[in-house]
Order: sequence, then structure tokens, then C-alpha cells
Amino acid sequence: MGRLALRVFALGYLAALLLIPLGLVVFRAFEEGPGEAWEAVTTPDALHAFWLTILIAAIAVPANTVFGVLCALAVVRRRFRGHGLVNGIVDLPLALSPVVVGLALFLVYARGGWFGQTLLDNGMQVIFALPGMVLATIFVSLPFVVREVVPVLREIGDEQEQAAATLGASSWQTFWRITLPAIRWGVAYGVVLTTARALGEFGAVAVVSGRIAGKTETLTLFVNERFERFDLVGAYAASLVLALMAIATLAATTLVRKGEHT
Amino acid sequence: MTSAAASARRPLTRKSAGGGLSVGIATGYLSLIVLLPLAALVVRSAEDGADAFWNAITDPQAVAALETTLVWSLVVVAINAGAGTVIAWVLVRDDFRGKAIVNAVIDLPFALPTIVAGLTLLTLYGPKSPIGVNAAYTTVGLALALLFVTLPFVVRTVQPVLLELDRDMEEAAASLGANSLQTFRRIVFPNLFPAILSGVALSFARAVGEFGAVVLISGNIPYKTEVASVYIFGQIESDNVTGAAAVSVVLLAISLLALMGIGAVRRYATRHDG
Amino acid sequence: MIAARNVTKRFGDFVALDGVSVEVPSGSLTALLGPSGSGKSTLLRVLAGLETPDAGDVWISDEDATRLSPQKRNVGFVFQHYAAFKHMTVWENVAFGLKIRKRPKDAIATRVAELLDLVQLTGFGERYPAQLSGGQRQRMALARALAVEPEVLLLDEPFGALDARVRKELRSWLRRLHDDVHVTTVFVTHDQEEAMDVADRIVVMNEGRIEQVGAPRDLYERPANEFVMTFVGPTTQIEGEYARPHDLELVPADEHGGVRAEILRVVHLGFEVRVELLTETDEEVTVQLTREEAAGLAPSVGDRVCVRSRERAVSAS
Repeated sequence: MGRLALRVFALGYLAALLLIPLGLVVFRAFEEGPGEAWEAVTTPDALHAFWLTILIAAIAVPANTVFGVLCALAVVRRRFRGHGLVNGIVDLPLALSPVVVGLALFLVYARGGWFGQTLLDNGMQVIFALPGMVLATIFVSLPFVVREVVPVLREIGDEQEQAAATLGASSWQTFWRITLPAIRWGVAYGVVLTTARALGEFGAVAVVSGRIAGKTETLTLFVNERFERFDLVGAYAASLVLALMAIATLAATTLVRKGEHT
Repeated sequence: MTSAAASARRPLTRKSAGGGLSVGIATGYLSLIVLLPLAALVVRSAEDGADAFWNAITDPQAVAALETTLVWSLVVVAINAGAGTVIAWVLVRDDFRGKAIVNAVIDLPFALPTIVAGLTLLTLYGPKSPIGVNAAYTTVGLALALLFVTLPFVVRTVQPVLLELDRDMEEAAASLGANSLQTFRRIVFPNLFPAILSGVALSFARAVGEFGAVVLISGNIPYKTEVASVYIFGQIESDNVTGAAAVSVVLLAISLLALMGIGAVRRYATRHDG
Repeated sequence: MIAARNVTKRFGDFVALDGVSVEVPSGSLTALLGPSGSGKSTLLRVLAGLETPDAGDVWISDEDATRLSPQKRNVGFVFQHYAAFKHMTVWENVAFGLKIRKRPKDAIATRVAELLDLVQLTGFGERYPAQLSGGQRQRMALARALAVEPEVLLLDEPFGALDARVRKELRSWLRRLHDDVHVTTVFVTHDQEEAMDVADRIVVMNEGRIEQVGAPRDLYERPANEFVMTFVGPTTQIEGEYARPHDLELVPADEHGGVRAEILRVVHLGFEVRVELLTETDEEVTVQLTREEAAGLAPSVGDRVCVRSRERAVSAS
């Protein structure tokens, strides 16, 4: 009896908060017909937003992956002084408000900022341009690969690496042939999470991009802009695209988990 | 813990995969990407003097925004503590068709962009709601947005603990005469408590900083539904960079406290492990 | 007294118990002995109410307890992996059952002190289970189960998780405890030496059925079938039949009677000598001799001898 009540509560809560609203978005996106929805997401601005989002992720995700693996190796294998602090700093982006992140970047790279003037004088614009948006996205999606790889590295221990060394393998060979294959599922999972976070970033890029439609608008900013201009079909259609990307991410995580256990 | 013991004996000059280069690259990257901007933030907030800082954070609208943020984040995490535990319980102990899908769905707020989350809630609970519920421009709308984005945290911290929980303990309690409620209260709950706390701390850290999900549905009404992140955004747009930086530093401090809280809970949780 | 009558229990397609009936007399110390999958743990859990039988009943002190929940059966249960309440101190663990029954504070304090003394854990009250050794945790679990004065005490492979030396210590400790406290006790084990050492009566189980019930000596000397014979005590096969190695003897090859064989190995195990032989019909036989006999015969590898049974009869197969 109690079991049924708990189940009803849990499913009801999830339906009310998650499932029904999401289903409604799909409905609203196609409310005026699939043709309208398609047109809304294929306008020049929409397409630009889509590809800009992909481009930023294509830069941020590999950067954070390389960093993530190196950082995890440094923290777990080298155990240098201050590795606890490094661990803590890596976790910061998870707790920081994205608006604060955007502001912090602004204060370094904008015209009146620490490096802003120097960079502008050398022809490099960061704020209100692509580099700033990339930096913001890297910041907020930084922790995931590290956090997934660290426990895996800890768990497998370094005996295999020591064995490889006794057999004559160099540092690089050991890393490439022994360490990397051992951590590949941790890395894969981290990459999926990083990608999801990069694609979905809103607050930080809202601050640093200037939100110029057709130039510095990501897909998330596009959704917001369409909403502000009362173009609801456009907002819902673009949201649907993002939601599909999110579901693809969830599917990818399930696949990674399955792959891990084979 | 042989790894730890082994590395304690190992000389620091031992070469390992990656070498000292990895430490250098990691710390360099972190400094450039994370520390540098945060340092600029803290410095800028103090640049116009202590008075300017103080005025910025005691501005009535700023104080109201911070208050709204803290109060509603606490309300939301309290709800999450209960709802999240129930959901985790159902996912672990119950069995029904489609349970695997429900389990995957929990992660949706992690994957879905916050602005889409906000729009999603607005669709069902806003002005054009098909069920006539309009929570836009209210604190209820704000709470809904925060509940959405913090949903997975408690569920995902409690689930593994519940999975690992020694069922023998519950059977032992039954053989000693305890009924279901007594067993839950005296045996299961104390063992779940650290995990719940951990999830609560993570939810709180997430909720106080939330922007995208909140910005559409809450209406951002100053003194009513405006949260700290929205206030800061407004200050940036109005070119009040000092003010924005000052309040940001306060939010940053809250985030750091939340992170330390999470660390403390982790240590508390493993105190009985032998 | 506790009894199972015609109990059947299935897990999916697997039949764990097949119409099993057993009666445990009051005050006895009974072992359920059998290999993995024999159903012994399942039977114990059915007696405790932790599993419900698909058919049959459970009787406790002449009352039908089949429908009773474990809470109501007043049966103490001890688990292989202790099931210690790891967030409570040793004192709180032992007091748990009493607190549930809402006994008065001083009564609880007295009883817990009594029990800690009984299991020799006085002074450990404020420690947490994680700070105890395996043997200490199991003694705590026993104290906890005994605190509420159960009618029956059930132990599920109680020493299985402990190392060999501690196991032996706790075995004799359990025997002595039973002699002091006289609670009807049933314990499950797959270790025949443990069963023989500790129990008054042994119930031998195999594949969900009871093979034989009796005192250790009866099972050893008069096994009901091949399974019981091979499970309880050492066996060797000669001419297709089972025999006890110490029921066989070696005689010179030219003497009458017995099977001809060649000695493969001679192992001196302290006070006994084990001789491994290969018969003419390619059977591997083991014979156990006393030191004196071995000294007299001086067996060595390669010797051709005859193996035959001593005066005692070989078991019917």
C-alpha cells in the first residue's frame, strides 16, 4: 500500500515538473504546423545561431578534454603540493552563477579590463566576439572530464603503469597504451557531460556576447531573443532543437554506461 | 588504500605518465581560465573603495535580490530533500514497467539548457497555460524553475547509497521486532542522511546561482521575484560595473561556502566507514 | 520447539525447498548442513519469517507461525556478515530490540550490561562496529539477538566470514554459550567439521531435500545414503563402493582377499599416515593407517600390496 503511494507521488512529481511541460513544448512547436516550425529554425539567424553553438562546443569540448585528462593525471598520480586546492578550483564552475562568470571575463577582456585594451590594440576582440564566448563556455564546462576521470584513475591504481615501465615503455607509450585505454569510459562520460553543458550555456554567454543576432547569438540566446520578440513558434522550435540535443546527450550517457559494463 | 601508502614511500622524482608537464599545463590552464577572471572580479569590486563596495551590497534592491535568492533556494532544497529521497527510493526499491526510462529522465535537467527549462515551465504554468495555472511573475514560478534545475541532485546522491545499503540490517531490525516505519526511521534514514545532505548542498549551490531558468518565468520583479543573478545582470546592462562586481563577490562567497559545506558533508558521511 | 512441515519454496524456476519437514527439539543445538544450493539458508529464513513458503507451515511452540511476520515470531537471527547497525554504538546495537519493545531505561541498561558480559565485550559499549574485529562483531550480533530473550536462535553461516583461527575459537565459544543459556538454536553451515564439532543433531540437506537427521556419530557411522556418506567424513572408493579410509587396511600382496594395488604416495600427517594407491582396475584409493601400523608395514612408493576392508562393513551404495 505504502509502496504504491510512494510510486504515485514520485511519478506524479516527475510528470508535473518535467514530462508534461516538455511534452507541451513539443506540441506548441508544431502547433502551427511542421512547416512553420521548420521555417522558424531555418532562418539565417537561426542557422547562424545553430552553427555558432556547434562551433563553440567544437572548440571548448576538446580543450576541456585534454585539460581534464592532464589535470586528473596531475592530481592523482603526481599528488603535488596544492593538489587539493586544484581539486577545489576545478569544482568552482559548478557552484558559480553563470552571470558572475560572464562578468568576471568581462572585467579581464573588455575594453576597460585588465588585458582588454592590449588585446584590442593588437586587433584581437574577445568580448562581444567569438573568443569571449568560447572562454565563457570553457569556464562553465571545465570540471566534467576531470571529475569523471579522477575516480577512475584512483580506482585502477598505477600498478599497470609501473609494470609497463619495467617492460621498457616510455612515459608517452605508457600513457597511450595503458593509461588512456583504462580511463576511456571515464573520459567518454566526461566528454558527453561537457558537451551537454557547452551546448546549453546561457547566462555567461549572455553577458560576454552582446547578443547580436546573426553575429554573436548562440542557439540558447536565440531562444531568448525570439521569446522577447513574441515569436513564440520560433522560440519553441529552437527549444525543441535544443531539447533533442539534450535527449541525444542522455542517450549517449546510457550508451557509455552500457559500454563500460561490457 | 595501498596506492596512497605506496606513493608515500615513493620518491618525488619518480617519472610517471605525463610527468611534471601535466602539472604545469593543468595549473596554467586553470589559472588562465578560472583564477584570472575571478581575481579581476574581486579586485574590481574593491577598486572604487570600501564605501562604494558597502553601498553596492547594501543597496535595497540588491539586498532584496539576495534575500529572495537565499530564501527561495532554501525552500526549494528542503522540498528536494523530501521529494528527491522518495524518488530515489522508488527507483531503487520499486519495480515497474518503464522504470529505466524514468531513471534516465531524471538527468534531463542536467542536459537541458536552462533557458529551455524556463520556457518549458512557462508553457504549462504561465499565461497561456492549458490547465489555467499561471505562476508567471510570482515566487511560485521562481520556485518551480529552481525545483526543475535542482531535481537530479538529491536523487543522484541518495540512489547509490540506497543501492549499497546492506539489506541485512533491515532484516535484522525486523527480526528484533521493528516495523517498517521504525526500521526506516532508526536504520535506513540515518544511513541515508549524509547523502541527502550532500545532495542538498549541491542543490543549494546550484539554486543560488541560477539564471536562465528563472529569467523568463519569474518576471524579475525587483523586491519580489528578482534573484541575485538577474540583479547583477541588470547592473551590468546599466553599466554599474562596480555594483555588479560587489554583489557578485557576495554570491561568490556564498558559492564557496556551499562548496566547503559539500566537502564537510563528505567527510562526515564517511566517518563510520571501517 | 520450532518445526517446518512440508515446506516448499521456489525462486522463479529454481526449487529451493521441496516439501521439507524438520522438527527442532527445545533446547537443542541443531545444524543444517549441506552444500551451496541445498536450501539450508532458505529453510532457516523461512523459519525466521524472512521468506514466505509457497506451501507448508512453520510451527513455533505448538502454534502456527506461518502467517506471522518476523517481528512477531520472537526469533533471534544472526547473519553471516553481522548486519551490524553501523551508525550505532555496540551498546545501542544490543539495546535495539529492547528499545523497540519500549522497556524502561534501567531495565535496558542492566540487560545490555549482562549481555556484553556474557559475550565478553564489556567495555566495548561505546565503540562503533567499524572499530571491532570480525569475531567481536559477531559476538555483538549474538548479544543483540539474545537481548530480547527469543524462543529460538537462528544463525546463518555465522562464522563464514571469519578467518580459520577465529572460526575455531567462536565455534567452541558458541557451544559453551549454548550450554549456559539453553536457547533452542539452529545454525546453518556447509562445513561438516563445524557441524560435527558443535551440534547435538545434524540435518543433512541436498538440493532442497533432507537426506538424513541424526547425531553426528550416527551420520558418520550409519550414513543413510551415498550423499551423506561422502559429505560427512572422508571417503574413498574401492571396487565401485564407498568406504572410510580408516576402515581399510593394507596387507602384503600375496595374502588372501582384497584388491591388488600399487602405492603412489605416502604422506605422514603427524599421528596418522595416508597412503594413496592405484588399483589394478585403475581406481585411486586412499587408506589411512596409524603411525604404529605404518611403522610395521613400512610402505613405500612403488610397493605392490593388497587393500581390503577391516572388520567393519563397507556402506551400501
